[in-house]
Amino acid sequence: MDDARTPGNRFATALDNAVAVIRRHTDPAIASAFGCIVVVLLIGSLYSSSFLSLDYLLQQLKVASFLGVIATGMMIVILLGQIDLSVPWVVAVGGMMATAATGWGALGETFAIPVGIGCGVALGMVNGCGVAFLRIPSMVVTLAVNAVAQGLMVVHTGGFSPQDSSSPAMRFIATGHSLLGIPNALLAWAAVGTAAAFLLTRTTFGRTVYAIGNRERAAYLSGARTRLVVMAAFAISGGLSAFGGVLLAGYASKAAQAMGDPYLLPAIAAVVLGGTSILGGRGNYLGTVAGVILITLLQSILSVMQMEEFGRHVIYGVVIIAMLLIYGRGPRHSE
Amino acid sequence: MSAAQQKGLSSDWPHQLREHKGTLMAFVAFVAMFTIYAANHAAGLNANVATTAANKGALLAIVAIAQTLVVITSGIDLSVGMVMVLANCLASTIVVGTPLMTAVGVAGVLLVGALCGAINGLIVIYGRLQPIVTTIATGAIYYGAALALRRVPGGDIDATLADALTGQLPGGVPASLVLLLALVLIVWLPFQRSSVGRAAYAVGSSEVAAYMSGVPIRRAKFVAYTLSGLLASVAGLFLTCITYSGEASAANGSTYTLYSIAAVVLGGVSLFGGSGSAVGAIFGALMFRTIGDLLFVFNVEPLWQPLFQGIVLLAAVCVGSLRLLRIRNRLDLYG
Repeated sequence: MDDARTPGNRFATALDNAVAVIRRHTDPAIASAFGCIVVVLLIGSLYSSSFLSLDYLLQQLKVASFLGVIATGMMIVILLGQIDLSVPWVVAVGGMMATAATGWGALGETFAIPVGIGCGVALGMVNGCGVAFLRIPSMVVTLAVNAVAQGLMVVHTGGFSPQDSSSPAMRFIATGHSLLGIPNALLAWAAVGTAAAFLLTRTTFGRTVYAIGNRERAAYLSGARTRLVVMAAFAISGGLSAFGGVLLAGYASKAAQAMGDPYLLPAIAAVVLGGTSILGGRGNYLGTVAGVILITLLQSILSVMQMEEFGRHVIYGVVIIAMLLIYGRGPRHSE
Repeated sequence: MSAAQQKGLSSDWPHQLREHKGTLMAFVAFVAMFTIYAANHAAGLNANVATTAANKGALLAIVAIAQTLVVITSGIDLSVGMVMVLANCLASTIVVGTPLMTAVGVAGVLLVGALCGAINGLIVIYGRLQPIVTTIATGAIYYGAALALRRVPGGDIDATLADALTGQLPGGVPASLVLLLALVLIVWLPFQRSSVGRAAYAVGSSEVAAYMSGVPIRRAKFVAYTLSGLLASVAGLFLTCITYSGEASAANGSTYTLYSIAAVVLGGVSLFGGSGSAVGAIFGALMFRTIGDLLFVFNVEPLWQPLFQGIVLLAAVCVGSLRLLRIRNRLDLYG
């Protein structure tokens, strides 16, 4: 340490450089979201030390996987500057069609998961068609498709909760554990997330999604096949919503009428809390991961603390507003 | 548009026609549907049939006016249904007792509604958050407040007031239609014709241009959001008059929010802001309700009704894209 060019000095410069690099490469929104996760966990641990146990955290990550899969599709659509309000009943379609397929016999049981996802992709393509080719605002067309999906499921089930139960494969993915006791649902989310992150950052499709979100006209003029990309993005969102439904049906071993309702707003909130701009064109998948975990932890801790339901809703809303006020504000007019 | 309105109809009727095309189409479609409904109703169009239909229609129509006010500024209010539910729970608690207490209770309900709208407006204006995420979060808060007031459905409302608002006037005119007309005359027309209302349209057309020309953007948005909350609480009050009780139902809230968007679109109000009228939205809402009634009259099996309603909604929003046929330059698609 008493050397001329002190290692301490060199260490300080290196540290400065590292901080600068980290600062350049981290989004303040994502950093705050992860910061909030830590804060929520610390507050929880004051209440009970079990909040920091590995079991609890893995359990929460497993619960977060369902929201995570659904929010992945929502994020891709939000990056386009659009929104997908058809999530509730596409989730239900995914769950119900997969369980229905299970009831068709051995062949159906094998193809239960693809059938569920396929129905979601089909509905997503109707959304995409409306937005890309008919130029209907996504908020409206996805709303209408949600109504149609609900109608289809009411006819399909006769108005009751379906009696079919989920296939062993669905239950295995949703509730099973594989290597090192990691829940399979978490592995499924990790796979979906890795694929989505790769798709968004390393492929032409992903770059076009960001370009369309920034300015669709410019993307079109530079020769991007904007309509096909929009169509594909909605198809992916529909497919992932349905896959979320398949997982949920596997978890509860049954599909239910309103199983998708509690997932629409949290999915949007998770994406936005993760720093993705609701106007499109800006966002990072890591942020969505943080948003999903944050929302799941918040909901879990509030219910563990035996907060009454009304308090949970109020705190949930206040936290979203407060966090967005910290880092999600739009530009001033004068800027 | 106001300049055009000041001139007589004779001088520039083609312009007038273009300006009010959405409203007129909604009106014509509603009249056609309602005629078919009335002609095929088993009991014919007597005063009771009309009153029941009017009550259902007016409730959605009031929420649709509330939504219109915000949509005109190119925002969206996803908390409108939750404000209605909150007003419903509050009204079932405080609008009882002596006439004086009832009057104070009504004033209190309206005040709370306006306050909810003002909070939305303040967060959107000064917090510079996007309306869609803001109102999702505040909607959760308002729902929590409603739940705190009414953990289980119940309560009561002053019977005189309820009968007056939901009954018939001498001559068999449904009182709800008079209420609707009064809201248009007292709230909507003064707003639309005032400088604040014009500013709201200007903000919706182009916020940058409005800012550059010194339009009072903040005041316009604030008034629009506050009035929206106020009207949502009127709807909540009216709902209490119909059901004689209060219920903190999340399903009710989100259904009315989503239906209000559908009604606004059917009524020719552009979701991009800057054009359309609450009168159109009212006919959009009445039309949306008549669709359900038509299915009932034609003895469509109840199971199939949601599906038909969804398909009609999908078809209706697709009609708007007929304008694409007239577009010569593809670039016009990407405004």
